Amino acid sequence: MRALDAAKSAGAEYSDVRISQNRNQAIQAREHRVQALNDSETFGFGVRVLVRGAWGFAASRDLSPDEMVRVARQAVAQAQANRAALERPVVLAPVTPTANGTWRGPAEIDPFEVPVEEKVALLLDANAAALKVSGAKFVTSAMFFLREEKTLATSDGTYVVQTIFRAQPRMNVTAVAPDFSDFQSIQSNDVPPRGLGYEHVRDAKLVDNATRWATEAVEKLSAKSVEVGRYDLVLHPTHLWLTIHESIAHPTELDRAMGYEANYAGTSFVSPPEKMLGKLRYGPEIMNIQGDRSQPGSLSACGWDDEGVVPETFLIIKKGIVSDYQTTREQAPWLDWWYKKQGKTTHSHGCSYAQSWEDVQFQRMPNVSLLPGEKEQSYEDIIAATDRGIAIMGDGSFSIDQQRYNAQFGGQLFYEIKGGKIVGMLKDVAYQMRTPDFWNSMDMIGGKQSYFLGGAFNDGKGQPSQSNAVSHGCVPSRFRNVNVINTGRKA
Amino acid sequence: MSPRTLFDPPQFLTREEAEALTKRVLAMAKADETRVTIIGGARGNTRFAVNQISTGGDNTNTTVSIRSSFGKRSASTTTNKLDDASLQASVDMSERLAKLAPEDPEAMPELGAQTYQESPAWSAKTANLDPAGRAAAVRAVTEPARAAKLAATGYLESDASAHAIATNKGLFAYARETGSSMTITVRAPDGSASGWAGASHTDWSRIDPEALGTRAIEKARASANPVAIEPGRYTVVLEPTAVGNLVQLIAFSLNARNADEGRSFFTKQGGGNKIGLKVVDERVSLVSDPFDPDAAALPFTPDGEPAKKTTWIENGIVRNLAYDRYWAQKQGKEVTPLVGSLRMSGGTQSLDDLIASTQRGILVTRFWYIRPVDPRTILFTGLTRDGTFLIEDGKITKAVKNLRYNESPIFMLNNLDAMGQPVRVSASEDGSPGFAIVVPPIKAHDFNFTSLSDAV
Repeated sequence: MRALDAAKSAGAEYSDVRISQNRNQAIQAREHRVQALNDSETFGFGVRVLVRGAWGFAASRDLSPDEMVRVARQAVAQAQANRAALERPVVLAPVTPTANGTWRGPAEIDPFEVPVEEKVALLLDANAAALKVSGAKFVTSAMFFLREEKTLATSDGTYVVQTIFRAQPRMNVTAVAPDFSDFQSIQSNDVPPRGLGYEHVRDAKLVDNATRWATEAVEKLSAKSVEVGRYDLVLHPTHLWLTIHESIAHPTELDRAMGYEANYAGTSFVSPPEKMLGKLRYGPEIMNIQGDRSQPGSLSACGWDDEGVVPETFLIIKKGIVSDYQTTREQAPWLDWWYKKQGKTTHSHGCSYAQSWEDVQFQRMPNVSLLPGEKEQSYEDIIAATDRGIAIMGDGSFSIDQQRYNAQFGGQLFYEIKGGKIVGMLKDVAYQMRTPDFWNSMDMIGGKQSYFLGGAFNDGKGQPSQSNAVSHGCVPSRFRNVNVINTGRKA
Repeated sequence: MSPRTLFDPPQFLTREEAEALTKRVLAMAKADETRVTIIGGARGNTRFAVNQISTGGDNTNTTVSIRSSFGKRSASTTTNKLDDASLQASVDMSERLAKLAPEDPEAMPELGAQTYQESPAWSAKTANLDPAGRAAAVRAVTEPARAAKLAATGYLESDASAHAIATNKGLFAYARETGSSMTITVRAPDGSASGWAGASHTDWSRIDPEALGTRAIEKARASANPVAIEPGRYTVVLEPTAVGNLVQLIAFSLNARNADEGRSFFTKQGGGNKIGLKVVDERVSLVSDPFDPDAAALPFTPDGEPAKKTTWIENGIVRNLAYDRYWAQKQGKEVTPLVGSLRMSGGTQSLDDLIASTQRGILVTRFWYIRPVDPRTILFTGLTRDGTFLIEDGKITKAVKNLRYNESPIFMLNNLDAMGQPVRVSASEDGSPGFAIVVPPIKAHDFNFTSLSDAV
């Protein structure tokens, strides 16, 4: 409150203060040894101010009353410098303040209460299980935990305290050919990070899965190198979540569409909004893409975003047509005309986020998910309906252009499909695609039973680059006639 | 303590202050061995979008990391709370975790006193850059862009930090470091053209915002109405930034242990590694030198080992790989740490000379979204961005659509035709000061473009 008062008396028309205390733990093991056991904490605050339409932000680790005042004044002075040549003053969409709110992530077991001995033993047991598989030469395993306690106070009356948990167990098994002519790795990407506690690690069944990952890595050494060409792709949800992240979630960020991220993350082909909203056919009628920050255990889940907005669940793509963008309070007014046309109020969807107290909040994606189809069908059902294709499981290499048109994706496991059956493993597979063509080629999607929540900790955007943790739910889906390349070359 | 005035420059721990803080922490420790690492500093940044400043940030932080070992059992903690009770709690936690850790057969003892050279990694001009100075630099870019009816978007960052390491075996290391960068993307308002320019240096006064802005504007103008060309193998002229984007990937693959274990490009068929073997054109050398004024880095590694000048590739032949202390001891090699500095050899030609000598080829300003595809060959994929042009008969004739490549810097440096003069570049994709890298523009044949992109 002292910082808010200092900002106001220095001339800010709006200000917010975020105080956060993060605790992280990381344990890494390699073969039969623990490589690193690290426990870290960071504590500090950031003050964001709006001065006659220009933003300023300053942050410090020192929470003494004098330093809070100094930092608030520093943010105001920076905003005054930032006003130079201001053409479009910032206007914030209205918000209903929450005077006294609390939210806690759905962690059943606080990871920091679990004995380190148990964690270490689990990693070493999993490594041992992998190394029992003949041909598996190297294995790394790790666990990462976060508990963040975040307090937000805004000058329009919000005061909320939230406790956020994140957990990720990871493994990587490498098989090396006896003559050193080849090596292949499998990452445990079918176990995604989640906004959960230690129960997520126990549920991951690392020891059982380690044997499978090791077996798959060894099998990949002798897998057939793919023949280039066009194939129907059956994409498992452990793979497809990343394609959604890159080719749908990023291009529907409104700041990108308006050119604000042109220098790094890029702009968007879903631009300008007035030519896209209600008009652009992204995919078929069966395609519905939802933004939310409420799926239990998802990485983006929270009670309030980093400017005090209660996030809402909204459709970004409805029956294949673009119907909305991801927004913050600054951005929602840019779409005022569209919301009026829809008979809706203009308000933020609650997509403001900063990775830490040191960084300014800005628009970050919520969970962006492909909703299940009406027909209850599984991954196996879709394979059975496919005559000639490739099934891909797990996310792998990924790269996409700055407007999100041209993408290339690898994977963890690739299987050749002939006559509705898997006939063998492939390697050196990557597919290249043009986003609208790719999504419009989707002709089968799984039902509710096949829904899976993937995700990542390290979605990068902004300058300085900030990491956002986000989940993407999806169902297995089929894409017709996609260009597949062979990535294997000889040194 | 009374508050610093608003316009005081940020404070950085002096050698004496850092030493006093490490002594305070070491006095709290009971472990057999303790290492204390302090990193403290400030970062200032200003972002601009569509010709006006969009956001900025000024922050300060100091972290203290404690690594405790009992015999071969080790663990570490990090905190940014510097009062005695919090530091003691952090020491206690580190020691408690270390006792719970299994014995590490690869544990290495902490180092005793070392001698370090001074590195030229600090610039007062960078440390003293304030929000008003950043705003003035931004205006020097946005005003010409606005006058040209174009939209400038970009980023300016300056960092200043003090680093200290101490062990209870007598080691004390201290150094200060600054970094600055400015990157600019100028686009046509209708999205039909895009041009980029950027620079990075220890010393902010070595960066000329107005000249960068002019360059980005010229690139944007020249890149309008790009034509599609057939993907395939092309002769390329890569500007220094594009070379830096790819050549730094070699530095990230130099781990000796991975090579010896059979899982690296630097693995030799049949076993062992490629030290002594020729892997790229004989004109290519790659050197890390933390004392290079244009590619300066800290004079010590995170465990307190003195950083040194290392030749990785000399005249095309692998001379060194990166050995950490454990692997060096096991293999009977010298410890050879990676440092945040890289310089590639070059030639005497200018970029214009390289273009003039090209009958048909593609000029690339920079690459983007560079991601690993196959570690066996350091094969990466990514795309050209913000200034891609066709060269015909020694001249730039038209802008071309962006292209995706699947290529390895190793193959590229085997297909080398010519090199220009090396310069410091901003080769990090995110525009942060990043890895200090000095590289030349190059011309190479048979660069593998695999598809076209509609992105401008």
